[in-house]
Amino acid sequence: MFSGFMTNAWLVGTFVAIVAGVVGFFIVLRGQAFVADAVPQGAFAGAAGASLLGINTLIGVAAAALVGALGIGWLGRRGRRDVATALALVVLLGLGALFLSFSTEYAPEIYALLFGEVLGVSANEVLPIAVLSVASVAAIAALYRPLLLSSVMPELAEARGVRPARVETLFLVVVALATSMTLPVVGALLIFSLMIGPPAAARSVTSKPLPALALSAVIAVVVLWISIASAYQTNWPVGFFVGALGAVCYAAGRGYAALRGRRPARPRAWRGAAEQGVTANVRV
Amino acid sequence: MKRRPGEPGTSGGLLDVDGVSLWLSGRKVLDDVSFSLAPGEFAGLIGSNGAGKTTLLRVILGLQAPSAGTVRVAGQPRTRRGSLIGYVPQKILLDPDMPLRARDLVGLGLDGQRLGIPLPSARRRSQIDEMLQAVDATRFADTRVGLLSGGEQQRVLIAHALISRPRLLLLDEPLANLDIASEQDVVELLGRVAREQQVAVLISAHDMNPLLPVMDRIVYMAAGRAASGTTAEVVRPEVLSDLYGQHVDVIRVHNRILVVAAQRGEGLDVPASEPEPMVHEGA
Amino acid sequence: MLRAVFEPGFFSSSPVHVALAAGGVVALVSGIVGSFAVVRGQSYAGHALADISVTGGSASFLVGVSPLWGFVGVGVLAAGVMDMIGIQRPRGRDLATGVVRGAGLGLAALFLYWDTTHSNVTGATITILFGSLFTVSSTILPAIVALSVAAVAIVAVLYRPLLLSTVAADLAAARGVSVRLVGLACLVAIALAVSLSAMTIGTILSTALLIGPAAIGLRLSRRPGLAMAWSALAGLAATWLGVLLAYDSFYWPPSRHGWPVSFFVVTLIFLGYVAVQTITSRVRRA
Repeated sequence: MFSGFMTNAWLVGTFVAIVAGVVGFFIVLRGQAFVADAVPQGAFAGAAGASLLGINTLIGVAAAALVGALGIGWLGRRGRRDVATALALVVLLGLGALFLSFSTEYAPEIYALLFGEVLGVSANEVLPIAVLSVASVAAIAALYRPLLLSSVMPELAEARGVRPARVETLFLVVVALATSMTLPVVGALLIFSLMIGPPAAARSVTSKPLPALALSAVIAVVVLWISIASAYQTNWPVGFFVGALGAVCYAAGRGYAALRGRRPARPRAWRGAAEQGVTANVRV
Repeated sequence: MKRRPGEPGTSGGLLDVDGVSLWLSGRKVLDDVSFSLAPGEFAGLIGSNGAGKTTLLRVILGLQAPSAGTVRVAGQPRTRRGSLIGYVPQKILLDPDMPLRARDLVGLGLDGQRLGIPLPSARRRSQIDEMLQAVDATRFADTRVGLLSGGEQQRVLIAHALISRPRLLLLDEPLANLDIASEQDVVELLGRVAREQQVAVLISAHDMNPLLPVMDRIVYMAAGRAASGTTAEVVRPEVLSDLYGQHVDVIRVHNRILVVAAQRGEGLDVPASEPEPMVHEGA
Repeated sequence: MLRAVFEPGFFSSSPVHVALAAGGVVALVSGIVGSFAVVRGQSYAGHALADISVTGGSASFLVGVSPLWGFVGVGVLAAGVMDMIGIQRPRGRDLATGVVRGAGLGLAALFLYWDTTHSNVTGATITILFGSLFTVSSTILPAIVALSVAAVAIVAVLYRPLLLSTVAADLAAARGVSVRLVGLACLVAIALAVSLSAMTIGTILSTALLIGPAAIGLRLSRRPGLAMAWSALAGLAATWLGVLLAYDSFYWPPSRHGWPVSFFVVTLIFLGYVAVQTITSRVRRA
């Protein structure tokens, strides 16, 4: 399981999981599970288009993800957010269907793109993915305070000079980046599971933002490791394990919270933000 | 202080709240609340935020079961009270996309719980028109409910509640977001409704002063406990101090009443960040 | 001139008839039920149910049940599960939906994998996920109509309590409406609609027809009945026009087997939405 051709999968998987956990923390915080779900699916269309045009899949995926994410932002400002997400998603998927009909892509490859394939990572993809991962986490780190504030208390963020719309756009770009890189191993349809299950569990354990963020990444990594190992053993698709374990995480989180007698709370972002030196002139 | 024996409406009143207590998440939210309302009586449910007013209203509506005590409306117990009570919540869904005009919402007051699709009928339409006119909402009758202002929505909700001719009308903080002129309009409208249609009205508010002209009785709540009677009986230092569990003064300035507590004490349900002397609105 | 719009054989082609009929029925139902889905903030749930019903579809290959019952059965079941874990409360709703969808899709992945390894059914993935209106067999048309009628009937019967509980749940509850049950019934209706459409025209169109036309209808009318009518009409128009264009595209480059229906219908819906949005925003600002 740990032999040569699997090392790529383990490496990439770890990067992917960390990014998913970190980005996913904010996805769950902002209640944007639908967006996390929609962007990868749209990105899949980019993969189909890329294979049609004969360019690197990763580029096609990233381009489609960006278009999708920014499209959601743009449409969302003009109308309802959930409608915007749904429409952006289906338009991209429609394009994907179009590209697929032009190409002679074999079904197994599409299957791998959608549901994940442990052995689907080639050696020359490891470096770009590593770079993208570092970039994504760095972007989140840079955006941490404004993102936290505008996610939990948007009015307060505005008062502090943070523009929620701008933060949102930047965040969406990071989401696009994050999802582009995760397609190869986990698959377009299930990567979002990695982005919402572990953070949901982490939130139930602690309501302090930074520990929850870290825990979310850790859980995501563990989930993916188990998924890769299981997929290797059974030959079943990675996506299945990720989806199932994501649900387990969520259930565990809710169960734990119920046992403790409280519902998963929104992070004490106020105190967290104060720890980071953000002070307030307004009474909450 | 409970209602005194011999007071009108002690039994067989339209609304009988008897010894209602409620525990929620380990807290005693309602503590042995008792009072009665007769048809046509206008009562103010007064108390600050967190005193338990909304909870009490929900118990009366049947949305929340009390841990102890009973609520009877026209002699009937909780579950069978649907059409007897009209309810005006403080706010409703403000989705500007919602395809529902003001008149549609009022129409739902007639038959919102019935299955099937309403057949267009002239009678139904004229009933709706009449009610809209009564609350002075005709000019925005065809606007989407999500686009109405707070005061406009208020009136539509009142029409919705009244159109089914309830015996008891409950309103949750209807004056909270209104300007003074609208406040007076709503209070006057409700007073008229109470008298003319012999509807018992219970309206919750944190400031009793706008209601003084029309209020027949007051139910004053603090920390889940209630005292009921006329304003003269209830709004007295002794009564309120007993209710709050600390010394409270009652000041009358011109025609207005001010309730003042000198310092924080036990038994008060105030937000923790309130350091200044607690003052009830009224000045 | 007419020849240019309607390529030869359009009106006489049997697959086209079936496509128009099945697509039309599905579009109407989705438009009507979708109005409630959008207003109740359950767009994501609708999308999720479409994909989960695919799980049922792929399981049906294994069990040997007709795909129709696989799709519909699992879809309705999933609606029940979603209701159980509390999808009706706005808080945490998206999260719950996403988790259920993830689990469902994971299972779909597994079933499809077993399908392909055990029965050598290649291309099943694409067919199930993207569907094709032109390959719907006319034998299941009666079943589609019947289930569609059922979905619309649920919404029609619960029309008033549903409206009231969507706008003001407390008001409805105070009147004796069981808000929870009504919500569950609505979700089941949505599940029926999307599983039918997922099966006939694929999951992409399923979501598109549920949400796009409904969003258009909401903008076009202030009255609930009229909004739903517009929605159904918009969905129907987009679908039929899409079928026509797909048929015509048979003669278009690059390949000689036409562009997919889903692409056309989705694009039409999207353009319609943006157009209506732009026009009505101007009017509102005026």
